Amino acid sequence: MNEYIVDVDKVTVRFNKASENIDNLKEYFVKLVRHELMFKEFLALKDVDLKIRPCEAWAIIGTNGSGKSTLLKVISRILKPYKGSVKVNGTVASLIELGAGIDPKLTARENIYLNGCILGYSKKFVQSKFDEIVEFSELEDFLDTPVKNFSSGMKSRLGFSVATMVKPDILIVDEVLSVGDVLFRKKCMNKMNEMLADGTTLLFVSHNMETCKDMCDHALWLNKGEVVMSGEIGPIADEYLTTIEARKAKEKAQKKKKQQELDKKAKEIAARKAAKQ
Amino acid sequence: MEEKKFRFKEGSFLELLNYKDLLYQLVARDIKLKYRRSFLGYVWSILNPLLIMIIMSIVFTLLFNKKTEYFPVYLMCGRTVFEFIKTATTKSMDAITGNASLLKKTYVSKFMFPMSKITASMVDFVFSLGAMVVLMAALSLIDGVFLFSWKNIGIVIVIIEAYIFSMGLGFFLAALDVFFRDIKYIYNAILTMWLYMSAIFYNIGLFYDRAAKQKKLGETQTAYILAKFIDYCNPAYIYIKQFRAFVWSPVISDVPFWQVMAPKDFILGFGYAFLMFFIGVAVFRKTQDKFILYI
Repeated sequence: MNEYIVDVDKVTVRFNKASENIDNLKEYFVKLVRHELMFKEFLALKDVDLKIRPCEAWAIIGTNGSGKSTLLKVISRILKPYKGSVKVNGTVASLIELGAGIDPKLTARENIYLNGCILGYSKKFVQSKFDEIVEFSELEDFLDTPVKNFSSGMKSRLGFSVATMVKPDILIVDEVLSVGDVLFRKKCMNKMNEMLADGTTLLFVSHNMETCKDMCDHALWLNKGEVVMSGEIGPIADEYLTTIEARKAKEKAQKKKKQQELDKKAKEIAARKAAKQ
Repeated sequence: MEEKKFRFKEGSFLELLNYKDLLYQLVARDIKLKYRRSFLGYVWSILNPLLIMIIMSIVFTLLFNKKTEYFPVYLMCGRTVFEFIKTATTKSMDAITGNASLLKKTYVSKFMFPMSKITASMVDFVFSLGAMVVLMAALSLIDGVFLFSWKNIGIVIVIIEAYIFSMGLGFFLAALDVFFRDIKYIYNAILTMWLYMSAIFYNIGLFYDRAAKQKKLGETQTAYILAKFIDYCNPAYIYIKQFRAFVWSPVISDVPFWQVMAPKDFILGFGYAFLMFFIGVAVFRKTQDKFILYI
């Protein structure tokens, strides 16, 4: 058997970054005649390797647009890699966005069944877990209310409860916990920790380094689609923070310089004005 | 504890079977929402085809001099079948683009979405047969003859054929719509043409009469060619013809049961259904990995 539970091998993901997306026949033919059909390549991930052993918890860090979400989407089979391969041995519960399959016109009860089925469970199985889900989501009083009348916090509670009804082999979490009140967030964290203790492998994306350090033992640092560092979380987190700090300092310095120049110019203008008078 | 089993290969058509409960949920949702929303519910859904049938019957009996016996039944047969193919395919065309937000966030067999729309339309089609029953019961009362026959059961064959055909066309259109959003308008125009070419409110015998006239005048028999084309190359007409053989023909004449359905239509009907099905599934399978980049 493979020793890795998630094996991402030299994965490259390609997007078309053409100035405008052609999605209708008319434009297609016009561009075809004018020879303007172009394909501007944009690589969201470049040769990314990620090998995860069971029971590890990985944090994926990096600035905005570095390919973190793309990587999670590749692992949860939503995106197909352009090159390379992804092997996942086990069930995946991906919390990329909570309540992706929620239909606002249906009631909470109907949505629980629908979402459970979208995750690939049978109706019977969802039925057996129904009470547990309702209890965790704290929505007992709103079961037969159409979800369109729910607040966003209630919706995400529903989504999280359905998505985590079963202990998956791999749990993928993408900054979903930023919604919801403090109490529920804490409850979610507890549930995640419980799963971790139970032997679930975790993939976690967050900008909050403290949470990352708390939850994870490994980290993968991405920058513009490339792996900067990967391994134990301690050194990577420190290195990441220093880089960010350095960049912040640099930006600050640049800003200061600019401000000084502006001040200088303003003084000159004022001086000239004074001289004229 | 239940293990999620993924028995069928990812991306294949049969992968749908891994999600059969979801298919049931989606179909039930569509049906439920459709009938929950309207005030009269089911009555309304059969009232609409009945009203259209009455208007069209009046217009077309006035328009054509050649009379078709039991024209309302004849018309209703054609309309019900065509309406099914039309709604099933147009609805499944939006299935992928309309579920973009879901497809971007979770993995589900992509065949699921067009499939659920087509199946919901099929269930709806079976419900709408209520209008047919009402019509035939009313005509039975008026004429004092019992118009129903055990041969009516044969429409199950037509439903299966039309269902398979619509799946194929639906998958094909759903895939195409992802890449070319304006295909909707083109398909609408095609549907209008198709409607007129399916001999729904006229009898195809009209073409043969016209061909005989053309022959007498020594012209090329264009009407004959057109009639043959519709007869052999229009799957919608083949399904309508078979449906009529099971419902309308027993009303107007007492055909022995072995002559009810022409074997030619049976073979052509299933032939077109499977051909379209395999084309649709193949195109969908080939392109499904690129969907996410365009939605």
